[in-house]
Amino acid sequence: MRGPLRRPFPRDWFVRKGAYRRFMVREMTSVFIGGYIVFLLVWLYRMGQGPEQYQALVEAMRHPLAVALHMLALAAAMYHSITWFNLTPAVMPLRIGEDRLPNVVVAITMGYLPWMAVSGAILWGVLR
Amino acid sequence: MADRRITLEVFRYRPDGDGEATIQDYRVPYHEHWVVLDALNWIKDHADGTLSFRWSCRMGVCGSCGMMVNGEPRLTCAVFLKDYYPSPIRVEPLINFPVERDLVISMDDFLAKLQAVKPWLIRDDEEPPEGEYRQTPSQLAQYKQFSMCINCMLCYAACPEIDGIPDFLGPAAIALAHRYNLDSRDQGQSQRQEALGGEEAVWGCTFVGECTAVCPKNVDPAGAIQQAKVASTKDWYRHVLLPWGKR
Repeated sequence: MRGPLRRPFPRDWFVRKGAYRRFMVREMTSVFIGGYIVFLLVWLYRMGQGPEQYQALVEAMRHPLAVALHMLALAAAMYHSITWFNLTPAVMPLRIGEDRLPNVVVAITMGYLPWMAVSGAILWGVLR
Repeated sequence: MADRRITLEVFRYRPDGDGEATIQDYRVPYHEHWVVLDALNWIKDHADGTLSFRWSCRMGVCGSCGMMVNGEPRLTCAVFLKDYYPSPIRVEPLINFPVERDLVISMDDFLAKLQAVKPWLIRDDEEPPEGEYRQTPSQLAQYKQFSMCINCMLCYAACPEIDGIPDFLGPAAIALAHRYNLDSRDQGQSQRQEALGGEEAVWGCTFVGECTAVCPKNVDPAGAIQQAKVASTKDWYRHVLLPWGKR
């Protein structure tokens, strides 16, 4: 008598299905977001060291590799934000009486509109 | 009409035998209106009476016939042969559960998890009323979706977390706990919080979301878990900011 058989979840589960792969991509984008926060901290530190140090960093950021990394981080942040906003209705369902507001309404009001407002405010602050 | 057949590759395991788990092929008559469960019953009746599997209602209500069909957790009463024909169909027991025999899994652990969240109306202030607790339609709508679970366990077979955290409460049990916490007649949230609030409960979930994708009753357990995370966080802040208050 050997008793019940244990069948573990496949070790390579995250490559087995499109939905699992998309989940892993979303998780991986966090690396770029975390990395960019570190970069911003370095940026602030350099600003505190004086105009020459800061100017050197600005020059370094003109390098094509730095520009490419920025574009990659932007793409990762966009993917993370968009997939997350699309999940918002499941996390914070809004109801009026018996009716649940359509998912798209929740995603727009709780996610996309505030996102655009904050992004717009930052852009205005930079370009002004 | 020619006698059309389809191959079912069926997982076999006998706890009293000496061999390992094997895959056994069966050539089953193909009918357009047959589901995988019909094919399994044909095997049991005509080809091999030793095959063991659970089933009951044949219409997606009882939640007994959940199995892996070509690697996906499905109710076999709702998977038509015509969607696979002429390719073979592989039928295996639900993953993440110990296999008792062939396609039959052990659900002891799952039942213990369901009980752990006290899935019943808890009242702390009075004897049960003469009649029923009254509730408005909008109060019902708050939790109704989460009350549609049929305990088919497909969500546990879709969840990659269960394997890494064996004591993870899991999608259906958390959704059920959330269902009672949202019920206007219930006062038991604080009693469920201990089972619901830890790393082996809501915080063990990374929101892969496949539990919701495979749910045959549109319960949305992934949504319930995230909502329970929000509720758990509120509870924590309430406890820290108002330690003298009622939990």
